[in-house]
Amino acid sequence: MVTETDSPLLTTPLNALHRELGAKMVTFAGYDMPVQYPLGVLKEHLHTREQAGLFDVSHMGQVVLRGDGVVEALEKLVPGELKALKEGRIRYSFFTNDQAGILDDLMIANRGDHLFLVVNAACKVQDIAHLTAGLPGIEVEYLGDDRGLLALQGPTAAAVLARFVPEVATMPFMSMVNASLKGIPVTIARSGYTGEDGYEIGIDGARTEDVARLLLAEPEVSAIGLGARDSLRLEAGLCLYGHDIDTTTTPVEAGLTWAISKRRREEGGYPGDAIVRRQLAEGAARYRVGIQPEGRAPAREHTEIQDASGQTVGEVTSGGFGPSANAPVAMGYVTAANAAVGTPLSLIVRGKALPAKVAALPFVPQRYYRG
Amino acid sequence: MTIRFTEDHEWISLDGDVATVGITTFAQSQLGDVVFVEVPEAGRALTKGKDAAVVESVKAASEVFAPVDGTVVEGNQAVVEDPSLVNSDPQGAGWFFKMTLASPAQLDGLMDQAAYDAFVEGQH
Repeated sequence: MVTETDSPLLTTPLNALHRELGAKMVTFAGYDMPVQYPLGVLKEHLHTREQAGLFDVSHMGQVVLRGDGVVEALEKLVPGELKALKEGRIRYSFFTNDQAGILDDLMIANRGDHLFLVVNAACKVQDIAHLTAGLPGIEVEYLGDDRGLLALQGPTAAAVLARFVPEVATMPFMSMVNASLKGIPVTIARSGYTGEDGYEIGIDGARTEDVARLLLAEPEVSAIGLGARDSLRLEAGLCLYGHDIDTTTTPVEAGLTWAISKRRREEGGYPGDAIVRRQLAEGAARYRVGIQPEGRAPAREHTEIQDASGQTVGEVTSGGFGPSANAPVAMGYVTAANAAVGTPLSLIVRGKALPAKVAALPFVPQRYYRG
Repeated sequence: MTIRFTEDHEWISLDGDVATVGITTFAQSQLGDVVFVEVPEAGRALTKGKDAAVVESVKAASEVFAPVDGTVVEGNQAVVEDPSLVNSDPQGAGWFFKMTLASPAQLDGLMDQAAYDAFVEGQH
């Protein structure tokens, strides 16, 4: 295997625990991460949809922004509605460049005296540089590899976590609080990347394994690797940065305009705002869509997409087998003329044209907590 | 009955004039849960080391290569309909295809059970 650099592998606070649990480890974004445990990707995926899965996402970047005017300053880098973001609430947004390409997607929480951000592991170094350069006078504090982040996801996640922290049971979706879990100070956000109800728990690195062991001791909870994390988010129709979105895709093309408020569409004030406004008014040339292959063969990333006449109209950006859908599922970009749900497409897999249709996303219903 | 193994983790078992081909217990353990299998049609000519079948897990697609030159007699429709047979019985009901051999002497160039076991040991 060839890795991107010769730099030593980074590890999360749970590295020893992953090995103890028998995980198969892979390099992801420079980190030594569990791709699956002995349960296997298929059962890990189904377990998360039926019970609760615990994911180590400590490789992601946790960043605190402080300073006068931090909200106005960050709105210059992202199209998200931050001025109306109430204390304790979280917004999904993305950093854009001057061409309205997406530099990274992220979560932004209003924590009262500061903003709290979670960014992708593979982008965090450049994101921190981007924040530092783009937010003069604002303190950018990377919580670093000393901070752990665990995701507890699934229909029983709330019941499990409420045994330790009763107040989480009625937390709104996309909200965040400070709490104490068996005396360990944590941040708890009701959010995730599986389409299920669940939480993301920020913990001091030295206590992350303690929290993981407490949660894994609950009968509903299994450790879940990156393999199932990917199939869960794909079924939920969620973008993976570097695959479904990147610097060549705009928020309009990616179908993420729900994350840009009316005020921000009108006022702009973020990189690439004119392009987003124009694409909103005139339409984009291509769109991200769900793709449902008709047979059993999965269509993987980079699979060519053709229309009914055999013209190339796009490419798959994420594709595989959806264990809950019990069928192959994919996402990709197609020309605007082919983006309507139900449009017949062909997927070129191993030289053969396999029939498929544009499908509504998500492939499985999202089950976020709605009170 | 002679069983031989390739470095790509296929097994081939010769019984009379017809050989059965599949992937090894080690190979299926590395792949994880198999969710899709494509097997060759009867009559297809196979070339040693070239694509013969496809096996896919949740995460990835892999090729199954022909261990030797020959002609397909039968693809196993049972694994097409139930790909999990590749995990549950890789060297039995989870076979991929049967073939006749163009040159049975090619089997001599493959590993026997002891050599394959040592080869797998060396992969860890």
